[in-house]
Amino acid sequence: MFWIFAAVTVIASLLVIGQRNPMYSVLLLIVSFGALSGLYVLLDAPFIAAIQIIIYAGAIMVLFLFVVMLLNVPTEDPPTGYHARLLGGAGPRRFGAVLSAVLIGQLAWAFYYGLRPSPLPHAAGQHATTVFEIGMKLYKDYTFAFEATSVLILVSMVGAIVLARKESR
Amino acid sequence: MSAELIAQLVVIGFTFFMLLNSAAILVYMERKVAAFVQQRYGPYLVGPKGLLQPLADIVKLMFKEELRPTAADSFLFYLAPILSATAAFAAFSVVPFGADTTLFGLLKEPIHLAAADVNVGLLVIFAITSMGVYGIVLAGWSSNSKYSLLGGLRSSAQMISYELSYGLSFAAVILLAGSLSLRTIVDQQAGYWFHVIPKWFIVIQPLGFFIFLVAGVAETNRAPFDFPEAEQELVAGYHTEYSSMSFALFFLAEYVNMVTVSAVATNLFLGGWHGPFLPEWLGWIWFLAKVGFLLFFYIWMRWTLPRYRYDQLMEFGWKWLLPASVVNLLVTAGVVVYMGW
Amino acid sequence: MPEPTLNSYLVLSAVLFAIGTAGVFLRRNLITILLSIEIMLNAVNLTFVAVDRFLGTVDGQIIVFFVMTVAAAEAAVGLAIIIALFRHRETLNPDAFTALKW
Repeated sequence: MFWIFAAVTVIASLLVIGQRNPMYSVLLLIVSFGALSGLYVLLDAPFIAAIQIIIYAGAIMVLFLFVVMLLNVPTEDPPTGYHARLLGGAGPRRFGAVLSAVLIGQLAWAFYYGLRPSPLPHAAGQHATTVFEIGMKLYKDYTFAFEATSVLILVSMVGAIVLARKESR
Repeated sequence: MSAELIAQLVVIGFTFFMLLNSAAILVYMERKVAAFVQQRYGPYLVGPKGLLQPLADIVKLMFKEELRPTAADSFLFYLAPILSATAAFAAFSVVPFGADTTLFGLLKEPIHLAAADVNVGLLVIFAITSMGVYGIVLAGWSSNSKYSLLGGLRSSAQMISYELSYGLSFAAVILLAGSLSLRTIVDQQAGYWFHVIPKWFIVIQPLGFFIFLVAGVAETNRAPFDFPEAEQELVAGYHTEYSSMSFALFFLAEYVNMVTVSAVATNLFLGGWHGPFLPEWLGWIWFLAKVGFLLFFYIWMRWTLPRYRYDQLMEFGWKWLLPASVVNLLVTAGVVVYMGW
Repeated sequence: MPEPTLNSYLVLSAVLFAIGTAGVFLRRNLITILLSIEIMLNAVNLTFVAVDRFLGTVDGQIIVFFVMTVAAAEAAVGLAIIIALFRHRETLNPDAFTALKW
């Protein structure tokens, strides 16, 4: 089960960054989020799985889709000229490709040297995290963060409206 | 293959089959009720009293030619109705429609009468309803026609706006019931006060019920909120370019969504399958009766009320319904805390 | 198929994070860059929930809750900025916005 969801997530994410058409990228990312939600269910976190679909796949991606549709985002042209080859020519692309390679190298090194066998504890004593537990923790220990997040959302709402407003002459 | 597994599979298949049938029955009901509201006969030629009319409709739709505009993106064009229909059916899968039953003693232990029973059932319904927006958005976009695009955008903006009030109104019910599982919420509504008034949540949450129904009607794009499908304004909105089975899938999705909203409203506010005069294991009859009443109400509303204009619709959703649902939630929270329910 | 351990989840999330980073660096379209940022945030969420399951606490899921909210807020503002930029320049190629270059 895990391997199916993991494979879907990785393949969908690879396709997201590989697609030319931004509409397909957004849709593939929704598929990836769905698979991630399945992984959360496997990790005994049904609440997080549900709100992943509601918030990410249901709201944020709709926002992305609206922007793509309204702006009629053009399909990206294949890179021409000196941007064509990843490593050819000095420029942001080569820098970016090198940095990504460095990151992958570092992660691989960390995993090779750092991993210890750590099996996930089996269901004895473990249960799916109930909403009750999350609620108790959220409202008791993290009250300040909760209130601060609501202010953050308000600020970002106002900011988004102001930034996207047409200049009224 | 234990008996429970077979029984569960039978229940799942039965639920799916009944949803398909309910769409057909709704087609007939809609035309008959519309006819009575407009003082004419509905379909009465096909079959006794016109009962076979849905069959005729389905056969007609199956034999129509499947068209596709050349400039339309074919993968997305065919994906959109499939997404809509899938989301509609999947949302009903966690709705319970009867008490635990042993199927007349055939099974050793009672099974739940629902396709699936999850702890966070209500959140799952909400999540899948959010996914239903995509079918409409993709239909509007991939048809590559301005009527469809506008219809699709308007429809999805309307759906996500009313999702907020939808969610907040059932948050108040969750507060009262103390659980997210629909089965527990229904079981909390068993019994009577003073032996006369049933303990349904509509009695203590009338505003919540009203908000939920209004938001549900807006979610399913039915009148008076069906501007995106408005026959007079936008040709036919997001499904202008669709024909034959794709069109049938869209309509199937719409009717199944109606059934889901009615079923969830019944479970949340009207006491589910509890009712007088019938033993517990026949509770699904009451469930059907209540869902049928809500569906009748839906259809009645469509043919009685004029259509909202789009900006009036959005204004209503954001400026009136959302504050009302927030106030409802606050008052409910206050009452629960102070009276210790 | 071997039983998934905590390591498999961590490796998966590292792979996703690397994919997201590669997307941010290598794509010439602002919307895809924002999508890659979302991939990275999701990889982090997965790490939180996986370690949470391993340790048996709930705090990680609360943090995930907040990360999702912040991601939503940031996506909204980012998209508003993209709309404003698109109105100005009619293109979404980040190479076109060179006004602040020395």
